Amino acid sequence: MFSDYTATELGSIFAMQGFAGLILFAVFLLMALGLAIIFGQMGVINMAHGEFMILGAYMTYLTSNLFAEYLPGLFDAYFFVAIVVAFLASAALGAFVEWAMIRRLYHRPLDTLLATWGLSLLMQQSYRSIFGAREVGVRIPDWMAGSFPVTDIVELPINGLIVMIIAISVTFGVYLLMFKSSWGRRVRAVVQNRPMAGAVGINTVKVDRMTFALGCGIAGIAGSAFTMIGSTGPSAGQQYIVDTFLVVVFGGAASLLGTVASAFSISQAQSTMEFFLGGSMAKVLTLMTVVIILMVRPQGLFTLKVRK
Amino acid sequence: MSNFSLKNMMTRQDVLGFLVLAILLLVIMPLSMDIIRLTQFGKYLSFAFVAVGLVLCWGYGGILSLGQGVFYGLGGYALAMFLKLEASSPENTAIQSTPGIPDFMDWNRITELPWFWEPFNSFTFSVLAILIVPTIFAYFIGFAMFKRRVGGVYFAIITQAISAILTILIIGQQGYTGGVNGITDLRTLLGWNIRSDYASYVFYFVCVALLFVCLFIAQFITKSKLGRILVAMRGQEDRVRFSGYDVANFKIFVFCVGAAFAAVGGAMFTLQEKFMSPSFVGIVPSIEMVIFCAVGGRLSILGAVYGAIVVNVAKTYFGESFPELWLFAMGALFIGVVLAFPDGLAGVYQKYCAPTVDRFLDKAPVFKRYSGDSSYSPSEPAKAS
Repeated sequence: MFSDYTATELGSIFAMQGFAGLILFAVFLLMALGLAIIFGQMGVINMAHGEFMILGAYMTYLTSNLFAEYLPGLFDAYFFVAIVVAFLASAALGAFVEWAMIRRLYHRPLDTLLATWGLSLLMQQSYRSIFGAREVGVRIPDWMAGSFPVTDIVELPINGLIVMIIAISVTFGVYLLMFKSSWGRRVRAVVQNRPMAGAVGINTVKVDRMTFALGCGIAGIAGSAFTMIGSTGPSAGQQYIVDTFLVVVFGGAASLLGTVASAFSISQAQSTMEFFLGGSMAKVLTLMTVVIILMVRPQGLFTLKVRK
Repeated sequence: MSNFSLKNMMTRQDVLGFLVLAILLLVIMPLSMDIIRLTQFGKYLSFAFVAVGLVLCWGYGGILSLGQGVFYGLGGYALAMFLKLEASSPENTAIQSTPGIPDFMDWNRITELPWFWEPFNSFTFSVLAILIVPTIFAYFIGFAMFKRRVGGVYFAIITQAISAILTILIIGQQGYTGGVNGITDLRTLLGWNIRSDYASYVFYFVCVALLFVCLFIAQFITKSKLGRILVAMRGQEDRVRFSGYDVANFKIFVFCVGAAFAAVGGAMFTLQEKFMSPSFVGIVPSIEMVIFCAVGGRLSILGAVYGAIVVNVAKTYFGESFPELWLFAMGALFIGVVLAFPDGLAGVYQKYCAPTVDRFLDKAPVFKRYSGDSSYSPSEPAKAS
């Protein structure tokens, strides 16, 4: 399949697809981070994760409309406000869901899966009733539109770059929070040994709620970032859920580094194959490879060694 | 199995449950509905096959598969491919640029029948394929996962991914699979018109008969030693392993049985609806099949049948009258069944109706002689009303 192209063309193709893959990587990483916290740290399957992302996207949409209406002078900066709004809204809903539903199901992980699927249906239909069934797009500020020429055939879209910057900063933030803060130490303590963590005075109930809320909040940020590169519909969240779970599981559930590595390899594989095989076959082959690797190595790429 | 007898296999409540279901499906439904509604009802029953398989896998074995749609689809497609080839005889397709191949292949400029379609010219092969292809596929998945002691949540995620992969593949490879529309326009089965009312009645009764075969197999499995090992595994897998059982083999077996049931259900769907499409393969239908089982009661094989019927009737009714409300109702159903009624309809029956029925049975002369154990314990399958 390479013989039809010259060497320079191939170089450009790989560069372009590599960059497209990097955007996809940022998308996967943002989606997977929240889930890696919720699933990796708490062992909770949140099938409504995609809907929390869409909540963030709709919050961004509302914020942009508010700015366009009342603060047109500050429109260029609305996106930063929107990210905060999206995070807070999703985290608040996450905390509520944890309180109302998830905490009753910690000992029944498979039932959590079904209950959160029900939640995702409720959220989808709510979006449809509130925002309408049609997809909505966000008007992005002028400085984010356009692209950034590197060579005469390779161009880098600015909104893609911004999504990438967000992904990297969120990853870094999660790293600091989980591994350098006292809160993160408490979360890791609860994950490794719940009764002992409780015995030394950690409020495990509160840690659970905060962890779940943080994971949902990051999903909200992800949704906010997605509005930069695509439009938002009520059922868009469902399309992400399989990819997201595979990224997290492939990386090794409790490992942040693993999540980054698996998001990178899956996105690059998919994006490079996409050029030669078309979207659906590329996706099939990528997912199939991941599933087969997971069958051979079920613990994923990186594992946390914990004595249970 | 020397002490195996009807009495060991079924309590009198089970016998009553099977009888009630048989009367409902074989007498009441065909008499009270016209053929269009009855065929629709037969479609619901095709989902009951999957739900019964899930009771074995999930309720008894503790294996939650979110990929039952894959097996349902494989079974359905196997039969649809045979029927499609029969409908695409060179005489019927003379206007195509390549006569004798299915119409969607012609539209996609494919000029000869792909190799994997060839065997589906044979009826015997197709019928065997309905059972064997999904079972072998399930065996490979089960072997790869359970031998490595992967279970629970990971198994659910992987099976879900497999159903997503298969859907993308079917939709993407339009020329070979019929794409998003699926395989449609099926006409005859071995030269016999499958669109007549008479054929619809026949297919309905075939569907009910096969459902009862599956129900009896499931009943046998749950009441045999195998069923007890499954329950033990669900509770304390390591203890069963340390007692010398190869846990993985039991899981693989029950997963394969569940897959075969689902495949038969899929084939019954194809027969009654006269088409098969990827919309019954993907993530959403697969997880809905789990809810049929959960609503019926994950430990009750008869409950699963009622669960499939109730949810589908509600879906059709709400979907037609209040499409807005349906997703809310479905979402609430998922949450409610998990939080409030983990034993589903069967649990409700067991709590409120079973004692009354039991007292009644004590008086009934027919059951006097047959006083099986009617006490309920969580490991015993419950029966729904």
